[in-house]
Amino acid sequence: MADVRFSSVRKGYGAVEVIPELDLTIEDGSFTVLVGPSGCGKSTLLRMIAGLEEVTAGTITIGGEDVTHRDPSERGIAMVFQSYALYPHMTVADNIGFGLKLSGLPKDEVAKRVADAAAILQLDKLLERKPRQLSGGQRQRVAIGRAIVRKPKVFLFDEPLSNLDAALRAQMRVELAELHTRIGATMVYVTHDQVEAMTMADRIVVLNGGRIEQAGAPMDLYRAPATPFVAGFIGSPRMNFLEGQAAKALGGDLVGIRPEHLDISAASGLWQGRLRHAEHLGSETLSYVDVEGVGSMTVKTEGEVSVAPNQLVYLSPREGQLHVFNAGKRTSI
Amino acid sequence: MSIKSRSQRQELAMLLPAVIFLIALIVVPFALSIWFSFTDQRLVPRPIPTKVIGFTNYLRMFDDPLFWQAIWNTVLFALLVVPFQLAISLGAALILNAAIPFRSVFRAIAILPLLLPMTVIVAIWAVLFRIPNGPLNAAYQWFAGSGNYVDWIGNPSTAMVSIVVLSAWATFPYQMLIYLAGLQDIPQDLYEAAKLDGAKSWQRFRYVTWPGLRNVNIFLLIITTIGALKLFTQVNILTKGGPNGATTTIIQYLFQQGYATQKVGYASAVAVFFFLAVTAIALLQRRFLKNEGEA
Ligand SMILES: Nc1ncnc2c1ncn2[C@@H]1O[C@H](COP(=O)(O)OP(=O)(O)O)[C@@H](O)[C@H]1O
Ligand SMILES: [Mg+2]
Repeated sequence: MADVRFSSVRKGYGAVEVIPELDLTIEDGSFTVLVGPSGCGKSTLLRMIAGLEEVTAGTITIGGEDVTHRDPSERGIAMVFQSYALYPHMTVADNIGFGLKLSGLPKDEVAKRVADAAAILQLDKLLERKPRQLSGGQRQRVAIGRAIVRKPKVFLFDEPLSNLDAALRAQMRVELAELHTRIGATMVYVTHDQVEAMTMADRIVVLNGGRIEQAGAPMDLYRAPATPFVAGFIGSPRMNFLEGQAAKALGGDLVGIRPEHLDISAASGLWQGRLRHAEHLGSETLSYVDVEGVGSMTVKTEGEVSVAPNQLVYLSPREGQLHVFNAGKRTSI
Repeated sequence: MSIKSRSQRQELAMLLPAVIFLIALIVVPFALSIWFSFTDQRLVPRPIPTKVIGFTNYLRMFDDPLFWQAIWNTVLFALLVVPFQLAISLGAALILNAAIPFRSVFRAIAILPLLLPMTVIVAIWAVLFRIPNGPLNAAYQWFAGSGNYVDWIGNPSTAMVSIVVLSAWATFPYQMLIYLAGLQDIPQDLYEAAKLDGAKSWQRFRYVTWPGLRNVNIFLLIITTIGALKLFTQVNILTKGGPNGATTTIIQYLFQQGYATQKVGYASAVAVFFFLAVTAIALLQRRFLKNEGEA
């Protein structure tokens, strides 16, 4: 049992309130992603779990035990830093085994557990290297190795993939998800990238200005975003928003429709507009349409669409795919 | 081929001014010293022309017990002052790098000695060392009872240590500033990772700070050693090499021979020897420390 529970936690730096009162439960064994724009307090939350940051008020429990004032090393957690934070003068093996060595574990036991972790992460051949002799992806693996040898109850990741190139990032996403399946420990993962959140999480917590906008399964957030912020943050390309008269006509003060839920036609539809530009990706087409009285709308269509710039087109939302908001809250079901 | 040589010629042309300065200010005087060291050149030219006398200056130098005492004193001073001064510099840097209140005020105070010329510092310490009732002796009398005093710089057994303490105090802020820069270069993440690994504060020093300061340490060790080997001003003002030769250093000896007794040829031989010795020591330190780290 290693759930993580925030109860009435607040965090401020001097007079600046970064996290107003926050309650959150991270389920045992879950892969929970904290996602939100830069500066919304994700790292602060993660670092409070780790004990690298004191809470201003409230309590944090891990597996039912109050750890609010415990040392980082006594919380049963391990953390992977964005910079990897590998000890530059130590070999890969020493980096991975450092915590075990400090805990007084016998040398051969340390070596055995380091070897086990290295095998999982395909680091066996690199154990005697120094970090500067490794590629970015290999360093990343060492940082993960350092986390798994400690057999923590909770893994913490702070934007661990943002220093990698796109291809490696996609590969590491899969590896991390597989690692979670294999180990089964609770994982808390911070990112500003909603794609990482959608692909890896079994639960997403969307943060905005230190507050929880919405928490839930990725598909629930996609299907029924609770606030305009979540609606705009989750999904790519970004959701289209209608305001004013156009929204009122559909029953809200703000109405959203995802680009993949719009049909484009040369003949008829709810909204009329002019095609400004189209991007052809082969598997899909992104059309940018200027709609009168609404503004620019993005349409995502499977496969090829034969439309020409400046052509008059009609857009219609699919059945049941409108997201209606009133006073900042979702009112459509 | 021709393009390469043209760009090389351009590079050489741009280096020229610096090369000329180096030659004029360093190479020429040094070459002159080497030349003088083989002659009986005097400070004030005499009617008899200067003669080449071969290795006579060197032989005489190696025969002079005071020369060997000067070497021993200089080495002793370096062995005492380098670890002592680096330790207080690092200690001060660690304190000033921590989140203590009024840090910038303390930082400003700590570098004050750097702003004072060495002669002024020596004058201040001359007052501190005063007998029988200078401030240091006043403190001493607290423990030893009134009427007792130590002749800090007049007593052969305390003179060297007194010079060591004074010198360390006078120049430690320089090393401290470099240590501070080195400390700030160590990523904060490493300390946090070490905390998560369960490292106590001295272990974080041992495994993060100390290895992180490796290059700074090598640099400071070499620079401070060279500085120590050049010890002169303090000694020349305070003790004139005394008492009884206990604080005569190589430069002090060189100065005595070159100016006081006007034997420029002889002093040049000392200078050449000193230059070769310092270069050898610096190279050895570098060699030794590099290999140790690479292994
Ligand atoms: N040590 C600090 N002192 C003052 N403000 C801080 C400090 N650390 C973070 N903050 C502020 O707290 C907010 C949240 O920071 P952070 O948790 O790092 O955001 P995120 O990880 O979501 O980008 C930011 O506005 C940041 O400026
Ligand atoms: Mg962050």
